[in-house]
Amino acid sequence: MTATATATSTPLLELRGVSKSFGAVQALSEVDFDVHAGEVVGLVGDNGAGKSTLVKVMSGIHLPDAGRYLFDGRERRVSGPNDPAGFGVATVYQDLALCDNLDVVANLFIGREEISGGPARLIRELDEPAMEKQAAELLKTFSINIPSLRAEVGMMSGGQRQSIAIARSLVGDARVVLLDEPTAALGVAQTAQVLALVRRLREQGLGVVVISHNLADVFEVCDRIFVMRLGRKAGVYDAAGSTPEEIVAAITGGRGTVRTQAAAARDAAADGEEAAG
Amino acid sequence: MSATAARERQPSPAPAPGGPPGGRANLMQRFGAGSLGSLQVIVALIVIWTVFTIANDRFLTSTNLVNLALQIAGIGMISVGVVMVLLLGEIDLSVGIVSGLCAAIMAVLNVQHGWDPYLAIVAGVAAGAAIGIFQGTVVVAFGIPSFVVTLAGLIGWQGALLWVLGETGTVNLTDPVITGLAGTFYRGTTAWVLGAIVVVLFALASFNARRRRLKAGVPAATPLIVALRVLGVAIVTFVVVAVLTDDRGVPLAILILTGAVVLFDYIVRRTRFGRHVLAVGGNEEAARRAGIHVRRVRVAVFMIAGAMAACGGILLASRLLAVNQGSGGSDLLLLAIAGPVIAGTSLFGGRGTVWSALLGALVIGSISNGMDLLAFPSSTKNMVTGAVLLAAVVVDATARSRRRQLGRV
Repeated sequence: MTATATATSTPLLELRGVSKSFGAVQALSEVDFDVHAGEVVGLVGDNGAGKSTLVKVMSGIHLPDAGRYLFDGRERRVSGPNDPAGFGVATVYQDLALCDNLDVVANLFIGREEISGGPARLIRELDEPAMEKQAAELLKTFSINIPSLRAEVGMMSGGQRQSIAIARSLVGDARVVLLDEPTAALGVAQTAQVLALVRRLREQGLGVVVISHNLADVFEVCDRIFVMRLGRKAGVYDAAGSTPEEIVAAITGGRGTVRTQAAAARDAAADGEEAAG
Repeated sequence: MSATAARERQPSPAPAPGGPPGGRANLMQRFGAGSLGSLQVIVALIVIWTVFTIANDRFLTSTNLVNLALQIAGIGMISVGVVMVLLLGEIDLSVGIVSGLCAAIMAVLNVQHGWDPYLAIVAGVAAGAAIGIFQGTVVVAFGIPSFVVTLAGLIGWQGALLWVLGETGTVNLTDPVITGLAGTFYRGTTAWVLGAIVVVLFALASFNARRRRLKAGVPAATPLIVALRVLGVAIVTFVVVAVLTDDRGVPLAILILTGAVVLFDYIVRRTRFGRHVLAVGGNEEAARRAGIHVRRVRVAVFMIAGAMAACGGILLASRLLAVNQGSGGSDLLLLAIAGPVIAGTSLFGGRGTVWSALLGALVIGSISNGMDLLAFPSSTKNMVTGAVLLAAVVVDATARSRRRQLGRV
């Protein structure tokens, strides 16, 4: 059992003792979570384990009933989604929220368009050359392969759309990126494309949190795996030193019963397949 | 550039759908998907003009083309506002009657209350804007579909129009400023100088845009391409001037319409407000999450629709030299909405250009004008216009379902 949390440096984003309930339902109880710069943390758990609630606490959509929110080692007051976005936590939701009728540049800068200088500023004229330049640089930095910056996003493949959605979260100087099921509904090649992008985010020193149901993807790209079960932290595992069976056991609660590890893992794998199917 | 660098590193680059951008396959696909818009309409317009010219040699004369220009100016102005509303994915059914009401307000203030003509025009346009703000506010405050809110407006403002006009029911316009809107023509040197100014401004704007792109280090069109574009605009401008000056001259009304189209095209494509309108029309939820004030954008667009309806109504009144109980009624509303849709602006929001207001008005105006020349009855005219609209909507809907088949809406 390798339940380790290698805290050698200050975490970029850290939650301490976070609890959240919706009426009688205790969605999160006393959860501690952290992600460091240049690290990919996988957030896994069964349906209803509290993954989404935890991410929504990180992105400021849900306000926790108790617990502390630290960013860059300092405690932060979070009163809405604008606060985490302001200090550098960007979220990419599963539905991507792209405007299919607009081109790549327009989508990257939606809501924070560059405005021309001079008298044109008065009427909020768009500074298209500046936006296009930044967009080209951003896509180059992260080796995102898009046929044309001026192509409509609606005409692109799922992997390209996911890449654009991730790239958009990087426009505003994000330092932590939360990815909600980034590979769901993607084919094999496109999944590889997106996972490669996640690795490049890590190389650029960003902290990345990936929610996923797909353990193969999680093992391929994550440094640590944070398992949730019934609203609690069920364990944190080093991806390099653990097996999918262990993770599945932690997800389903196979650990700590009288059954043998092997039997638990076998049952859990069967459950996992059922849940996935 | 970045794309090529990425392709070398990517193990399995996803193929770009439809081949390289700008390729012939891509062009054909876009044509099929109905996203070329303006080009299709221009082709349709050429077909319509050819047919009518063959049927009646008076169609393509200067006299008739000046008439056509006058006929489309008012409805085209209303359509500019309709395009803005359609881009948002909404509809405004009140624009027809609002145009009549605002013209009536202007006429009554000028004729019965002796207001300065310019002040009266401003008051009419302001009334249109206020009506738009009111309707837009109701739409966003109560979350009622704009279809229903503006349908109520269609009925309610009809009553207001009758009330404003009072017992006589007709106000005749005599003020030279107001009648001059549709009755002024520029010919000779003035017309050519106006045309030259248009071409020079376009050339300056084109080369300035190129200079800014080069300065930022992003790909820009070659000087040859820019020069060819300027040449194209120059040819179109001077041909129009030459044809129109052969008769009465270039109508002020068509200059106003063209100016409004250029202005709103710039707003939609080049300003933050326009970008936000397209974003809300494309994906409202995405726009909201990106921090766009969706409600504010909505109200502003309905305000523009009301104000442009007023402008159109004033041009129509100026041409008729009167405002009466029938102003803004009949099929005006339907044609003002049909025009942009025929010219490729989607009813589903987010796709279309402001130029479709002018092109659509030209298509509908040409059909109507040509059938009048051939002495067809209104029955035929309406059926043909209806068929053209239906064909355009079918093209829009198939383009949409084809996009959906590709997995996108």
